[in-house]
Amino acid sequence: MANLAAVVGIGQTRYETRRGDVSIAGLVHEAALRALQDADLGWNAIDAVIIGKAPDMFEGVVMPEIYLADALGGNGKPMLRVHTAGSVGGSTALVAASHVQSGTFRRVLTVTFEKQSESNAMWALSSKHPFSPHLNAGAGGYFAPIMREYIRRSKAPYDVGIKVAVKDRLHGARNPLAHLQLPNITTQEVEASPMLWDPIRFLESCPSSDGACAMVIADESLVHESPQRPAWIKGVAMRSEPTMYAGRDEVNPQAGRACAADVYRQAGITHPRRELDCAEIYVPFSWYEPMWLENLGFAEQGQGWKLTMAGATSLDEAGDIPWNCSGGVLSSNPIGASGMIRFAEAARQVRGDAGQHQVDGAATAMGHAYGGGAQFFAMWIVSSGKA
Amino acid sequence: MTQPEVLSQEFELGYTYTRSTGPIVGRFLTELRRKKLVGIKGSDGRVYAPPMEFDPQTTEALSEFVEVGQSGEVVSWCWVSEPRASHPHSKPFAWALIRLDGADVPMLHSVCTATEAGMRTGMRVSAQWVDKPQGSITDIACFVPENPAAAAEGLEKEAETDQEMIKGIEVPVSLTYQYTAGEATSRYLSEVRQGQLTGQRCPRCRKVYIPPRGSCPACGVATDEEVALSDKCTVESFTIVHIPIPGNPIQPPYIIANLVADGANISFIHLLSECVNEEVRKGQRVQAVWKPMEEWDYAMDNIRYFRPIDEPDVPVDRIGKLPVSGWEG
Repeated sequence: MANLAAVVGIGQTRYETRRGDVSIAGLVHEAALRALQDADLGWNAIDAVIIGKAPDMFEGVVMPEIYLADALGGNGKPMLRVHTAGSVGGSTALVAASHVQSGTFRRVLTVTFEKQSESNAMWALSSKHPFSPHLNAGAGGYFAPIMREYIRRSKAPYDVGIKVAVKDRLHGARNPLAHLQLPNITTQEVEASPMLWDPIRFLESCPSSDGACAMVIADESLVHESPQRPAWIKGVAMRSEPTMYAGRDEVNPQAGRACAADVYRQAGITHPRRELDCAEIYVPFSWYEPMWLENLGFAEQGQGWKLTMAGATSLDEAGDIPWNCSGGVLSSNPIGASGMIRFAEAARQVRGDAGQHQVDGAATAMGHAYGGGAQFFAMWIVSSGKA
Repeated sequence: MTQPEVLSQEFELGYTYTRSTGPIVGRFLTELRRKKLVGIKGSDGRVYAPPMEFDPQTTEALSEFVEVGQSGEVVSWCWVSEPRASHPHSKPFAWALIRLDGADVPMLHSVCTATEAGMRTGMRVSAQWVDKPQGSITDIACFVPENPAAAAEGLEKEAETDQEMIKGIEVPVSLTYQYTAGEATSRYLSEVRQGQLTGQRCPRCRKVYIPPRGSCPACGVATDEEVALSDKCTVESFTIVHIPIPGNPIQPPYIIANLVADGANISFIHLLSECVNEEVRKGQRVQAVWKPMEEWDYAMDNIRYFRPIDEPDVPVDRIGKLPVSGWEG
């Protein structure tokens, strides 16, 4: 039986196009320091540091964790780096949580970041491969055919993605940390924005952001040493599958379904839409909301888009299961941190300190991240209640 | 099965990164541009040169800059007898850890002496500046055995002072890989060179993979049974790319389609052309348009693109399950 662990500190930078005033070390230090301050702890209260980021090609610093030890108080402590592509922010939090739940460490600092302004992720994800035509066209190029297949299968109307794009930006406008601040965005504006990878429009895509997110995760016995209401970790799950195999369902990946089933079982959840108060789900392209609503069991197959269109996932429409109240990946995308932001924002909701994007009385929330060719999944469920 | 020659190809990956220095490294680089060297004082009273951003003991942000000397002592070194292209010098030189006067922690730089015999641990060396410093560690061309006269001359030639603080630098990073295709891919490419698409069948699940990787990702078993496939395919899905992709010469808009060749059970991606973009659809039948035979190489771009053919669409539940003989409609 795993020990009980909780999030006792959360620190985020503001997310923006370019943090030209800080180095990578300065960026991660800023988030980590805020998490420690939130937890009312000093650097020496930390037993281990777990860091994550997306591919090193994004900043051109190979194994940055080595150079970041000084900035994160890693000297003389166990420090390790996690990498699972875009889901890394989530899996890093889970590696940190599991080190506490297993009793290996009692209090862990976990930090993730991306400084996209140092290069161009589209370039890094589109390099030509030897012996092959140069056809890689960024993450959007990879995911667009999968979204197209979802639209075909579900017979969803064309404007579901547009609705998600507007909804998440309106959520983001409530969150002062969010990169995109578009309080007046309209469906017409999203629809008129340039088509990038048909069916993905510009405003249906995530931005490129600089930023870092950090959390302090503590064993039950140390939770009282921090002043914030703890976010108790009730379920943790990761799954992966090959990028491609014959018969793979890319629209509704098996690893995502298995991961959700595992995390719900641990948290005692049988009906996620009813039993969760809100969720922070990795939606970098708008159509992934209805797709993940189905993959994660919030809706039956082919029905996810109906929840979206009914406003069920919208804070502004008083939906019953708001998704991405913080604005989500569609509002801020420091890639390596994006998964951890989901996890941290779920924790903020159950702590009741999410400010203008708080869901009233939220007691149980889910954080989710996916990465690679939708082949790595990381999820957790946090709750305000210990029992 | 005859074993093909394993193919190998050079592959260069390079990008000029735009790095934010932050205030500490930025100050160090700004001082270099003025032909000055600064360190920073840590919580233990030691001076680190180059300056550290965060204290290695307390993790606090550091800020107390200290100017350090332009000369120092070689703490350790190693001789590079055959410099490589990316090294700072074309003649043999030494990499050295140099503790600058006034600093407590050594920094890495190069020392130029005529021969290895000119190097020894504990020797005194001085910075030799380039004529026009840019705000880079290479503004110090190298260190040389200490010569007070040269040092004085260096100070006379102090750079014109540009007061603006350096906040960002461009960092070109490039690496040339030797990519080895491996046995399965080499066999596949050898067939493509002959104008033939060839997959491999998994002995367990019987699925046919193209391009073959030598194993089945679902079953985790080796594959070696080769299956000649058709160059007729079915569209499984696609996207129309409207934006230029960095480093990619293809002009948008263009269609990248997930195509399943007749006889295969998995799609690959390729260009779709000679079509009305709005009419492209799942289940559509297409065929390869090959380059002239004399241009064929070990490469999938022997196929220029795929184009629609006049055959009825394949029902959705049959896509990825057609025999190599194709689709009768």
